[in-house]
Amino acid sequence: MAVVYEKTKMLTDKPLHYCPGCTHGIIHRLVAEAIDELGIQGKTIGVAPVGCAVFAYDYFNCDMMEAAHGRAPAVATGCKRVNPGNIVFTYQGDGDLASIGAAEITHAAARNENITVIFVNNAIYGMTGGQMAPTTLPGQVTTTSPYGRDVNHCGYPIRISEMLATLEGPAYINRVSVHDVKNIMNAKKAIKRAFELQMQGKGFSLIEVLSTCPTNWGMTPKEALKWLEDNMIPQYPLGVKKERE
Amino acid sequence: MGQKMLMKGNEAIAEAAIQAGCRFFFGYPITPQNQIPEYMSKRMPQVENGCFLQAESEVSAINMVYGAAGAGARVMTSSSSPGISLKQEGISYIVGAELPCVIVNMVRGGPGLGSIQPAQSDYYQSTRGGGHGDYRMLVLAPASVQEAVELTQQAFDLADKYRNPVLVLGDGLIGQMMEPVEMPEYVKPELPEKTWAATGWTPDSDRERAIINSLYIDPNVLEKHNRKLYEKYAVMEQTECRWQEEMTEDADYVMVAYGTTARICRSAMRKLRDKGVKVGLIRPVTLWPFPNAPIQAAAKHAKAFLTVEMSMGQMVDDVRLAVDGEKPVAFYGRTGGVVPTVREIMDEVEKLAKEGK
Amino acid sequence: MEAQFLIAGFGGQGVLLIGQLLAKAAMHQGMNVSWMPSYGPEMRGGEANCAVVISDEPIGSPLVTEIPVAVVMNKPSMHKFAPAMEEGGLMLYNSSLIDIRPPREDVRAVPVNCNAIAEELGNSRTANMVMLGAIIALTGVVTIDSAMEALKETFGPKKAHLLPINRQAMEAGAKAAAAV
Repeated sequence: MAVVYEKTKMLTDKPLHYCPGCTHGIIHRLVAEAIDELGIQGKTIGVAPVGCAVFAYDYFNCDMMEAAHGRAPAVATGCKRVNPGNIVFTYQGDGDLASIGAAEITHAAARNENITVIFVNNAIYGMTGGQMAPTTLPGQVTTTSPYGRDVNHCGYPIRISEMLATLEGPAYINRVSVHDVKNIMNAKKAIKRAFELQMQGKGFSLIEVLSTCPTNWGMTPKEALKWLEDNMIPQYPLGVKKERE
Repeated sequence: MGQKMLMKGNEAIAEAAIQAGCRFFFGYPITPQNQIPEYMSKRMPQVENGCFLQAESEVSAINMVYGAAGAGARVMTSSSSPGISLKQEGISYIVGAELPCVIVNMVRGGPGLGSIQPAQSDYYQSTRGGGHGDYRMLVLAPASVQEAVELTQQAFDLADKYRNPVLVLGDGLIGQMMEPVEMPEYVKPELPEKTWAATGWTPDSDRERAIINSLYIDPNVLEKHNRKLYEKYAVMEQTECRWQEEMTEDADYVMVAYGTTARICRSAMRKLRDKGVKVGLIRPVTLWPFPNAPIQAAAKHAKAFLTVEMSMGQMVDDVRLAVDGEKPVAFYGRTGGVVPTVREIMDEVEKLAKEGK
Repeated sequence: MEAQFLIAGFGGQGVLLIGQLLAKAAMHQGMNVSWMPSYGPEMRGGEANCAVVISDEPIGSPLVTEIPVAVVMNKPSMHKFAPAMEEGGLMLYNSSLIDIRPPREDVRAVPVNCNAIAEELGNSRTANMVMLGAIIALTGVVTIDSAMEALKETFGPKKAHLLPINRQAMEAGAKAAAAV
């Protein structure tokens, strides 16, 4: 009988803890498929963040490290420098990467550290219950911006991909989304390309994946996907921000 | 090697680490330990697979150590007090994830930015864990450049043996001073293989999937983990306690001091002995585990103890715990980067003698 | 036997090197030694000093707080360290830059015209070696030969051609001190 669908072997059998409708599951799947297709499971080391994906070490079926909040790029640096033959990736959310870990990601990019970063941006702190993130949109209501994000009070959201693209260091920076099938396919391509570049020794790659948080946004999964498309994409335009020849 | 060389403490520690197989160093500049990263930046490219990387912050440096240790390497970082405070987060994670590494602290005056002169005011931080959570670290306190070399090399072995970070606690003086050094020929003892390291895995591998982690969300599981850590610490307490004793057998007054301060006490002891004062010295080499035994033994015959520190009095708590009220324990300290003099220490001992303690 | 030195001057006058050569030479003669520099945010032009202890026993404090032998290369150093000297101590001072005597009656003061002697020899940068020669002549704690051996190590092959002029400077300093 022809196999039409198979579970990727890069994901364990552990049931995901993510909320219903959360797009983390899709992004996990895309990363896992990319690693599977490239045949690099045996040399891949993943670094999990602090945030919703804190248990990523239970899901990705490879050697894993769990980093302190925001420090995944530093942990990945140490790991990669010891065994340059390993393929090392971090999987980080926007609070982790763009706020408390802003220094670590910036300098890993500046060094052109030969690692791959999967940056999941859902404009909110999910794990801790929906607080304002550095990527929260102007006016967006969160549990710590109950009147909507007031840019005069707490500033504007940070466009990490554009910011890092100003550096000479990084090899490849691309922003993608997973709000519909077309974009999911495109995200997969970008993630796979990022790993390929690392395998070729090209250096630092970061794929920013726009993601939803129906629970903390207070929406149904379907509404959330629509909200992402209508509100996040104008703030965070999709596309390749940097690709070094 | 094996030939005597005049070396700065900081440089000698760096070379000793390389001789002991340390191939990864991540650090950040701060006085008075800068010669360690500087030396590493020069030497690491000369040794096979050697890597020196200047991190963007102390926080990042210790997390690079976490990553490298998790990948199975012998790895080290160094800093001085304010920088070590910044590293505490990472140290706590390293302990939790049971990773071996060596951390050097060339202590300077605090609190805050403090001064850059020698101090011993990080004793509490070093011996009580330092970061958050229930944990301990082996703390080795050299009193000479030669001893700094030997303890640094042992630190790597101890770290691997226990899968726990080891702290080498010096001060500005140990780091900046030059003394003759004979670099020992390092012989690696038999140590368990690092089968837990994250180096790449498939379902066909003959080991479990490596998960370098300090998160145990279930309280009962975390409690079990913490109990396991404390079983390790109990073994350390039984087997790793080190100290040096001088002239304590007949001593009426026993000084307790470590590192630089112990040297100054030794000078004071010689002069006091010349004057007929029966004084001895106990120098803890491991600050944790703390050498209670020699202090308890001395408490049987000594009239009083004098703890001398470059702090407002931190180790003196441990001395008092060891003496357990049997004899008076006096304290003399200079702080903020001021180093006590031989004269001052002699005066303190003579004061005890005069008071008839 | 224990000898303690405090050597001070401007950064750039080579006072740290004087101390290092003393320590290294004594080490080669089989003694225990320690060399401890002042360290701080100041770099060039600021004050620099080092403490050297040479002993046939293990060295206790590497700091020198009651100074038996002080070597001062400039006036601020003389003012700074004269009060910390032991009664009956010895102070060697660079009389090329210091036009006063030490403000202590109970200290033996020996002027050494370091810069003038060095310039006469044709290399003003050897003023510190003139002083080292004087220290050696007055204290006898090491020999000029072992100090030269230490300097040879420090210089390495790149600066080996400078060794003869440095030896001349040490010998001239020794001669000048002996004549006082």
